[in-house]
Amino acid sequence: MAVSSPRISSASGDSPLKVFWHSLIHMPWTWRIMLGYLIFMLFLPTAAMLAKSSALGPAEFWRIATSPIALSTYDVTFTTSLIAALIDGFFGVLVAWVLVRYDFPLKRLIDASIDLPFALPTAVAGLTLATVYSQNGWIGSLFAPLGIKIAFTRLGVGIAMMFISLPFVVRTVQPVLLQLEKETEEAAWCLGASAWQTFWRVVLPPLFPAILTGVALGFSRAVGEYGSTVIISSNTPFQDLIAPILIFQRLEQYDYSGATVIGMVLLVLSLVMLLVINFIQAWGKRYD
Amino acid sequence: MTDDLIGRSPHVPATQQLKPTSTKQSWVPALLIGISLLFLGLVLYIPAINVFYQAFHKGFGPFFHNLTEPNFQYAVRMTVGLAAIAVPLNTVFGLCAAWALARKRFPGRTLLLSIIDLPFAISPVVAGLMIVLLYGRQGWFGGWLQDRGIQIVFAYPAMMLATAFVSLPFVAREVIPVLEEEGSDQEEAAYTLGATPWQTFWRVTVPNIRWGLLYGVLLTNARAMGEFGAVSVVSGNIAGKTQSLPLYVEEAYKSYDTEAAYSAAVLLALLAVVTLVLKEILERRTGNHLKKIH
Repeated sequence: MAVSSPRISSASGDSPLKVFWHSLIHMPWTWRIMLGYLIFMLFLPTAAMLAKSSALGPAEFWRIATSPIALSTYDVTFTTSLIAALIDGFFGVLVAWVLVRYDFPLKRLIDASIDLPFALPTAVAGLTLATVYSQNGWIGSLFAPLGIKIAFTRLGVGIAMMFISLPFVVRTVQPVLLQLEKETEEAAWCLGASAWQTFWRVVLPPLFPAILTGVALGFSRAVGEYGSTVIISSNTPFQDLIAPILIFQRLEQYDYSGATVIGMVLLVLSLVMLLVINFIQAWGKRYD
Repeated sequence: MTDDLIGRSPHVPATQQLKPTSTKQSWVPALLIGISLLFLGLVLYIPAINVFYQAFHKGFGPFFHNLTEPNFQYAVRMTVGLAAIAVPLNTVFGLCAAWALARKRFPGRTLLLSIIDLPFAISPVVAGLMIVLLYGRQGWFGGWLQDRGIQIVFAYPAMMLATAFVSLPFVAREVIPVLEEEGSDQEEAAYTLGATPWQTFWRVTVPNIRWGLLYGVLLTNARAMGEFGAVSVVSGNIAGKTQSLPLYVEEAYKSYDTEAAYSAAVLLALLAVVTLVLKEILERRTGNHLKKIH
């Protein structure tokens, strides 16, 4: 009744296969629950999707994956997500800097409120963004006289993506900024560097991996986002229809093959992003 | 200015020497704070305030009227019902995973940790699609389930599975670092003194990890109650049958019943506010403010 851990090391003298078998039959119940739950919740569904897409055959898969409407949704999804993540990258660093370095009234409240997009259900975010940025909404009405429509266009989709991705940048950059020693900046000043040079040459380099990680996390969140974007988008094909919504529409039409293929494209992209993020983090830690 | 700084005695502390610089550039912080607040206002605060304004600008009447609507009440019960199963499931899983992974180093551990985090990387719509492909009429288990008259997709079970899928990693992620930090000394002492594994778990481990655990449960619950994409795909979105509160918001909005949409939205926004307040309190308790991203 070993509750604490599997006794993998106990058979270390034997062959790897024997060790594996030994750890399998002496697996503690915590391991059984964990692996059982992961198989049931994660592996089986993923396997079902892989099986469905491989049943289509490569030619059919490629035909659906590169159909004009699919290509246009990738374009809209990826470009809009990337622009939204980059804007968040800029303003997120600014917000993190302001929160770490300066004191001002309501600072703690503002700091806590950064997590709002994590806590607010995405449907609510979409609803209120669509209202505020619509042509007679609080912010949308300011842009309407200039002929700029925000809600129900790609611009609106971008705003929704910015909303949900913002905390990723701020919360990745903030801890690194906190650890940064002010002494190095002071040393740079003392040696005659201007404020701009100090920021560009001393502050930014150590922050850079964190900024990249934050932008990459925000981007991959924005690519998969559905709840807020489906409400603020007009879902017009070739204009502001994004890939997750296309999957949903395909499913509604019982076109399971179409949904699966586009789902696979998104799944592969998110796995690639995961690798990229791990790579950036490993690269950022090379001096630690 | 810099010549002046260098010219001074090196015994003066650096902070004192730098004072002239900071007063001279005092407009910079003000400008940066201003730009940040303007950006946050446009993207976060004005939309957030709008939820409450739209729900209550005609007084509390419409809000309370909508509270009595049967479909709305059903959606609230459904949302609570989804979280009531998904949150305990993920809590038990998270505790087991943390217990199994926190204190052992073995090949494949990093991979297992990444796999647990996977639901955060997968688009909720794709998660829902996977469940449909597994349990739907054409899916692997579809025929078997249909023969026995068990409905999973377009019913509560699939909605619950989707909810559990998207909120799976939270508890494990929060508890693993706490367990890693605590070490196993206290538990070993308990064993030596004759405690059973169960006693050790309840009397030693749980008190040690309680704030991290609560934090994880809080985030799981917020995500479970607010999930839209994955649940939307598997539910079929039938009012009064397979509609949770976030789905109700979208449907009311699409059918131009803005008042009902905002009455439901304000409830979910209140849930978000309560979550943030509790989160802040728990972060103070654990002292691990600014720990990580979710």
